[in-house]
Amino acid sequence: MDRGAKRWLLAAALAVAVVSLFAGQFNRYYLGVTIDIGINIIMAVSLNLINGHTGQFSLGHAGFMAVGGYTAAKLSLLFGAQIPPGAAPIFFAVILLAGGLVAALSGLAVGVPSLRLKGDYLAIVTLGFGEIIRVIFQTTESLGGATGLTGLERYTNLAWAFVLAALTVYVVSCLVNSTYGRGFIAVHDDEVAASAMGINPTKYKVVAFVIGAFFAGIAGGLYAHHKLVLKPDGFDFMRSIEFVVMVILGGMGKTAGVILAAVILTVLPEFLRGFADYRMIIYSLLIIILMMARPQGLFAGWKTGRKQAAPTS
Amino acid sequence: MSTASAKERLLDVSRCTIRFGGLTAVSELDFAVKEGELVGLIGPNGAGKTTVFNLITGVYQPTEGAIQFNSRSLGNLKPHQITARGVARTFQNIRLFPSLSVFDNVRAAIQLHRRHGIVHALWRGGSFKQEEREVEAEALDLLKIFGLDRFRDEASKSLPYGDQRRLEIVRALATKPRLLLLDEPAAGMNPTEKAELTSLIKFVQERFRIAVLLVEHDMQVVMGICQRIAVLDYGVKIAEGTPDEIRRNPKVIEAYLGEPD
Repeated sequence: MDRGAKRWLLAAALAVAVVSLFAGQFNRYYLGVTIDIGINIIMAVSLNLINGHTGQFSLGHAGFMAVGGYTAAKLSLLFGAQIPPGAAPIFFAVILLAGGLVAALSGLAVGVPSLRLKGDYLAIVTLGFGEIIRVIFQTTESLGGATGLTGLERYTNLAWAFVLAALTVYVVSCLVNSTYGRGFIAVHDDEVAASAMGINPTKYKVVAFVIGAFFAGIAGGLYAHHKLVLKPDGFDFMRSIEFVVMVILGGMGKTAGVILAAVILTVLPEFLRGFADYRMIIYSLLIIILMMARPQGLFAGWKTGRKQAAPTS
Repeated sequence: MSTASAKERLLDVSRCTIRFGGLTAVSELDFAVKEGELVGLIGPNGAGKTTVFNLITGVYQPTEGAIQFNSRSLGNLKPHQITARGVARTFQNIRLFPSLSVFDNVRAAIQLHRRHGIVHALWRGGSFKQEEREVEAEALDLLKIFGLDRFRDEASKSLPYGDQRRLEIVRALATKPRLLLLDEPAAGMNPTEKAELTSLIKFVQERFRIAVLLVEHDMQVVMGICQRIAVLDYGVKIAEGTPDEIRRNPKVIEAYLGEPD
């Protein structure tokens, strides 16, 4: 990851761009699911920065997604009609960024007071935040109330979803694999020891929270312009849990595992549509079994990082 | 013995008192450490040694009195700010970062004096790479000095106990302190390990030219290396002096061995 990370990002973006040229020939359904995968990768990898690398248990990631999604959707409904077709990609980039920034801001607003809390307490506060956000959107008539926002333009395509997913992976990996970013893991491991090493735990937690929320906001904008309908119940507590399951399944703090888990947990429900009602039961059982059998995550053993050198003595 | 002028005092604890509810854990403590000095703080269990430690490192704030480091007050600073001022510490029960390798434990501490932040980490330009190389070299040098470089990529918690202690000291040194606080480093060690530790502490003080404050329960370790020793009992300083003076001090003997009938 250290060497040539930028080149990898460029290569991934290029590959996605080429593939998406032929996207018109794909089956629409599979194309839709593939875009879902990209969006969920963004969600899971950004949540992994908070829950995995920094060790702060957040249960409100869908809330940040909603903030970004509604911001982008509202902007696109307000100004989308005046935009000439040629400028659409620029317009979309701008509203996605706006969604990300508003979500980051809400991440800051929630993070600063609540990151003094630990473990269960933080989980409860973030859970509450997610629910509050959902109820606000549900009751605000100018944002469509319970019916939500409809009539959105289909801006999101394969390229948008995966280029931004690649960017998320790049940002999180680069951040953690740097002298600065090692502080996130230090805070995760031992806050007391971290502060004794001159690391400010509060600052690191807030930074992780804001960056995580930013990407969740961007994912929200992509989601809105992929589904074309934005409903408040799409961002309920269960949605947040889905992302948490991806992070746990992939192995806290293991980016490659989390990506894989995001892919599996997006595709699997599609195959099991007949059992959709039981999905949450399956998820719960999955977590319980996982915690008992492999608490380090399903894919955590497949570490792709540096090999462990044998002591040469 | 603490006749050093204010200028010479690197760490200056003056009339420090801390109360937890009705309990006075440390009472009117006067205590100083000079530049480059190796000082011991001893006392029986529950004497308030670790509380003094926590006062200096900002975990607790004194109820009364003041603590100065390098002629500046440490009042109301958070632990990470105190480390940035040049006070590093180790922990009684080793607290390494378990998910980081030996090498990364040291690198995580080196970041304190590095200016690069998020933008550099993401852009990965020339100056970022340059600094990462410097950090790597610095960490490796430190590990080599203490003979830990062969464990470079091992998980920190897989090291033998003595080496974990050593790594904790290396990690503390990586923050470039002027004063190193060691909290009962001999806890859980056998006599051979204690002897090794004693020479290690002496080595650290001389090689890095820093002051060391050793909080220790074990008399042998402290008597062997400290230039000056302060003795705490029930939160009150009962004696201060050279190891020889302390060894003969009747109050110290009484605190450690109990009152003669």
